[in-house]
Amino acid sequence: MIVDTNVYLSRWPFRRLAGDETPDLVARLRNRNVTQAWAGSFDGILHKDIGGVNARLAADCRTYGNNFLVPFGSINPKLPGWQEDTRRCAKDYAMPGIRLHPNYHGYDLKDPAFRELLHAAAGHRLIVQLVVSMEDERTQHPLLRVAHVDVSALPALVKTEPSLRLVLLNWARAIRGQPLQPLVDAGAVYFEISMVEGIEGIARLAERLPPERILFGSNFPLFYLESALLKIEESGLPEDRKKTILGENARRIIPQTGRP
Amino acid sequence: MRWLDHSPMFHRRTLLTSICAGGAWGILRGQPQRPGLPGAARRFRVWDAHSHLHAVPGDTPEQRMEVLIGCADRLGIERLIVSQGYSANLHPAPEQFREENDRVMRAVRRFPGRAFGSVYLSPSFSEFSLREFDRCVRDGPMVGIGELEIDKRCNVPEMDAIVERAISMKAPILQHTWLKLDGNEPGESTPQDLVELARRHPDANFICGHTGGDWERGIRIIRDVPNILAEIAGFDPTAGVVEMAVRELGPERVVFGSDVGGRSFASPLAKVLGADIPDSAKELVLGGNLRRLFAPILRAKGHQA
Repeated sequence: MIVDTNVYLSRWPFRRLAGDETPDLVARLRNRNVTQAWAGSFDGILHKDIGGVNARLAADCRTYGNNFLVPFGSINPKLPGWQEDTRRCAKDYAMPGIRLHPNYHGYDLKDPAFRELLHAAAGHRLIVQLVVSMEDERTQHPLLRVAHVDVSALPALVKTEPSLRLVLLNWARAIRGQPLQPLVDAGAVYFEISMVEGIEGIARLAERLPPERILFGSNFPLFYLESALLKIEESGLPEDRKKTILGENARRIIPQTGRP
Repeated sequence: MRWLDHSPMFHRRTLLTSICAGGAWGILRGQPQRPGLPGAARRFRVWDAHSHLHAVPGDTPEQRMEVLIGCADRLGIERLIVSQGYSANLHPAPEQFREENDRVMRAVRRFPGRAFGSVYLSPSFSEFSLREFDRCVRDGPMVGIGELEIDKRCNVPEMDAIVERAISMKAPILQHTWLKLDGNEPGESTPQDLVELARRHPDANFICGHTGGDWERGIRIIRDVPNILAEIAGFDPTAGVVEMAVRELGPERVVFGSDVGGRSFASPLAKVLGADIPDSAKELVLGGNLRRLFAPILRAKGHQA
């Protein structure tokens, strides 16, 4: 069982990607024995019609297999009426969670809108996926330079929402060298692996984090899907630990059937 | 296990480790698959152009090399070309270059047949570098130059004597290159710098480390210079890099490198295994090109490629 907690549908703005058509993406995931994929939308990064983005995401996930593609809608709390977008994700589309890109949406985590959004998400029992970065800052398009999200305010915020479940995506480059324990201690915070690097990187991560907080994620199709899979192999984890990271942890957050 | 037939110096202990470990080895060799890994049976001989001992656990070069070989075994990587020792110092003094090269030679000696050393030099110390080349390559076990790192840009005239020495032994040169959005570090080379150097020395073989990092630009920069090969280590596993490199340069000019231990073996390996290119191209990128490049010096030193 492999649950990929970090895939994207639609088009990356700067490059065509193998897998940026949903049927092809699903085929490639299935070919690598992925059993479920938590899907956001690249459109949610830059589009202002977030309602349209989420409607398409929900429809695509329904079309290409219930419970295989699991939609995580985009919310931009700097847009007017974001509360309605959140309600639709929870109620109309029965999404289990939302995916946030604060750096592309122009707010930092000390912004009161972010606190309000976390509160609303917790109220709707929505998992929050916080994308800390999308690209290496050294190779971004010169006209779209976006800094990593500064997560230093996050532990205190998480403590104010005890029912919140927070998944950090694409975090490893941005938070490199910083202690992770304050985030672990703050609440139900999880870490996916797509940007974890270094020799035996996942084994090293499992020494820094409780293993039940590590989630498999690929950042596919922006990244080659095989990267995350081979990193698990490289790390030489015991089989039970491998299963935990590949799928069991994610299954505890979203059981096979129904909402969390 | 076809490649074992060509590797008489393969270490018995690592052979056993490989067989027991399975994992991606099995995927690459067509043995039973692990869940989620590439489905088609593959039979590639994987050589890594770019590995280091830094950021690897272990108190000695030998211990660090054991960690690297253990990981290489899990992923089916046959040979590593190792350079730079432990160094994170961007401006080493001559005695530090010598110390790092000694560490590499110790590490490689522990795994004959699985790893080769490549000498760490600098155009900042021309005379020393020539002597160090002679010590480590001409009279020693090393088979290449580099990774040459941040010290002086590689287009400086002081590089010419080093390159001539490399040509005399048919030793390939791995040159670090980057194209950073905010500008490179002082002395850090770009692919353009390497193009200048390679055009001055058409008989030398250069490997463009990281292909500039910003690979969509780096590939274009080196495209018209046939004695430069693109190497894919040291940046995120961004989809499309190997497809573009093979399309623009041809499969004969793209090589696998990992940049371990700061990076993983897995991500650059995924760039090739996950690429939409023919298996014949993957064979070249994963090892065929490196074996062709290093064959003359390996033969001269009594190794088989």
